[in-house]
Amino acid sequence: MRKSKFLMIPVLLWMALFLLIPMIIVVVISFMNRDTLGNVVFGFSLTGYKTFFDSLYLGIYWDTLVLSVVTTVICLLVSYPLAYYIANAAPKIQTWGLVLITIPFWINFLIRTYAWVLLLRTQGIVNSLLLHFGWIQDPVQMLYTKGAVLLGMVYNFIPFMVLPIYVALEQMDKRLLDAASDLGATRWKAFRHITLPQSKSGIMTGCVLVYVSTTGMFVVTDILGGAKSMMISNIIQSQYLGARNWPFGSALSVIFVITSLILILLFNRAMQSKADRVKEGSA
Amino acid sequence: MIDLVQIEKHFEGQVVVHPLSLNIEEGEFLTLLGPSGCGKTTILRMIAGFETPTHGDVVLAGQKVTNLPPNQRDLNLVFQHYALFPHMTVEENIAFGLKMKKMPKPEQKKRIEEAVAMTQLTALTSRYPHQLSGGQQQRVAIARAIANKPKVLLLDEPLGALDLQLRKNLQSELKHLQRSLGITFVYVTHDQEEAMMLSDRIVILNNGKVEQVGTPREIYATPKTLFAATFVGENNIFSSAQGLFAVRPEKLRPVRELEQARVTGVIQDVLYLGNVHKLTVHLDHEPMAVTIALDFTDERPWQIGEKIGVNWSPKDEVVIGA
Repeated sequence: MRKSKFLMIPVLLWMALFLLIPMIIVVVISFMNRDTLGNVVFGFSLTGYKTFFDSLYLGIYWDTLVLSVVTTVICLLVSYPLAYYIANAAPKIQTWGLVLITIPFWINFLIRTYAWVLLLRTQGIVNSLLLHFGWIQDPVQMLYTKGAVLLGMVYNFIPFMVLPIYVALEQMDKRLLDAASDLGATRWKAFRHITLPQSKSGIMTGCVLVYVSTTGMFVVTDILGGAKSMMISNIIQSQYLGARNWPFGSALSVIFVITSLILILLFNRAMQSKADRVKEGSA
Repeated sequence: MIDLVQIEKHFEGQVVVHPLSLNIEEGEFLTLLGPSGCGKTTILRMIAGFETPTHGDVVLAGQKVTNLPPNQRDLNLVFQHYALFPHMTVEENIAFGLKMKKMPKPEQKKRIEEAVAMTQLTALTSRYPHQLSGGQQQRVAIARAIANKPKVLLLDEPLGALDLQLRKNLQSELKHLQRSLGITFVYVTHDQEEAMMLSDRIVILNNGKVEQVGTPREIYATPKTLFAATFVGENNIFSSAQGLFAVRPEKLRPVRELEQARVTGVIQDVLYLGNVHKLTVHLDHEPMAVTIALDFTDERPWQIGEKIGVNWSPKDEVVIGA
């Protein structure tokens, strides 16, 4: 026992150094002021938080939440069938499927996102094709819309959803499906009552990963959304780098971290079944 | 109850089950016995509907079910590794089949109560599978199957993963359960002792072929093939001009008067097992050893290295085919 406690020390130090201390710094700065040059001035103040309750920022805050949740839901709807297909395919197809899903990661995501600009802009490939076939008379404005941002987000984060669900489905004992069938379940009922609950851990992990990544993403919004559809992370970035209002940027970060924590806790609560609670209790 | 009509199964050109016809009676406890890879599980899976026979038909209670999926067959399988649903309690596991049949709730409750009472699980209904011991999980698997009141219960080495003592207890419970339910049991095992103890009839399988079908008594007393003779119980195989014959160890008698003996040999080993002791005798004129079982009434001191004669009565010779 004592020895294992000592072994924990490096991990705890690492966590403190790279997670806890930066968090504390952000929280402390959020309660401070700044001078006209943008330097942080020591002394307690709620200015950062007060600025947030402006209808402009509240609107962006709401948009960010909606976009993140919608991105997560779409990712889930697209990824589950894909993960299910890969997990149940022949070993060779499984390997190829996983490689194809991870290949985009080999390319810098800035470049991948710029590729969407080429596809979506007014003189882009999609518009040219639609014009060519005569389906539209004038180019459609696709780039710099909320739809484009959503598309970019979903595109970027699908692997984060596919991989955990794939792992959960792959690890599932397939004999359970035989048992369900033996007990009279149709394929759909076996999926609904056995496969879906058994892959829940993967769904939960995937949703949290995609949600958190979306809320923190500002590059996609910059490139595909233009200046119009800003997210909270764009504001945080601009407060730190452009406007040099660190206290306000920190306050926004703190507010959003707390919001996300509450959302994730509620989500886990909702997803957790009686069986999970029993398991935690006995572990 | 079940008719297997010339069923056979090929996997990738390999014959796993050779053409097999078998009639399983209502209320019968039938065991498919054989070493691993003999095709016994494949036969069971064809009856359950998880495999389709390459040729032949499966007839259940007069109805041809060869191409019906498992969920449309009125029988249930107890899986080798139980396959309990980990996210459901014991009660939910047992209720699953009833729910799939859209049985009314009060009826479900009654069936569950019956099933848990019969399998002694009443105190454990709200537990999850991971909170149960191996023996308890096995009972849940059986309860989940019998709650459906199937016409036939199929059991795929249900006791294979349990330790010996527990296995012995569950064997007698199973036998008792089958008698009180009165339904047909088709049981798969590689354990010949288990098969002898439980079955009304045994089908001995080897390399996908039936070696012999018979009651435990027939199988033990009159094995038809060399495989059947040696797979079930111990046996001594002698060859004569007419072919092979077998004599059980307890039918051999050791004698000290060598000139009166049919064969002679040297004692290689003396094993004391309490109720019996066994002599291993290396024969003089044949390159083989025979085993002689002596009951507790024999108190003669047998010594390793001693030269003895072995006798048996001709009526105990069982002629076997190749």
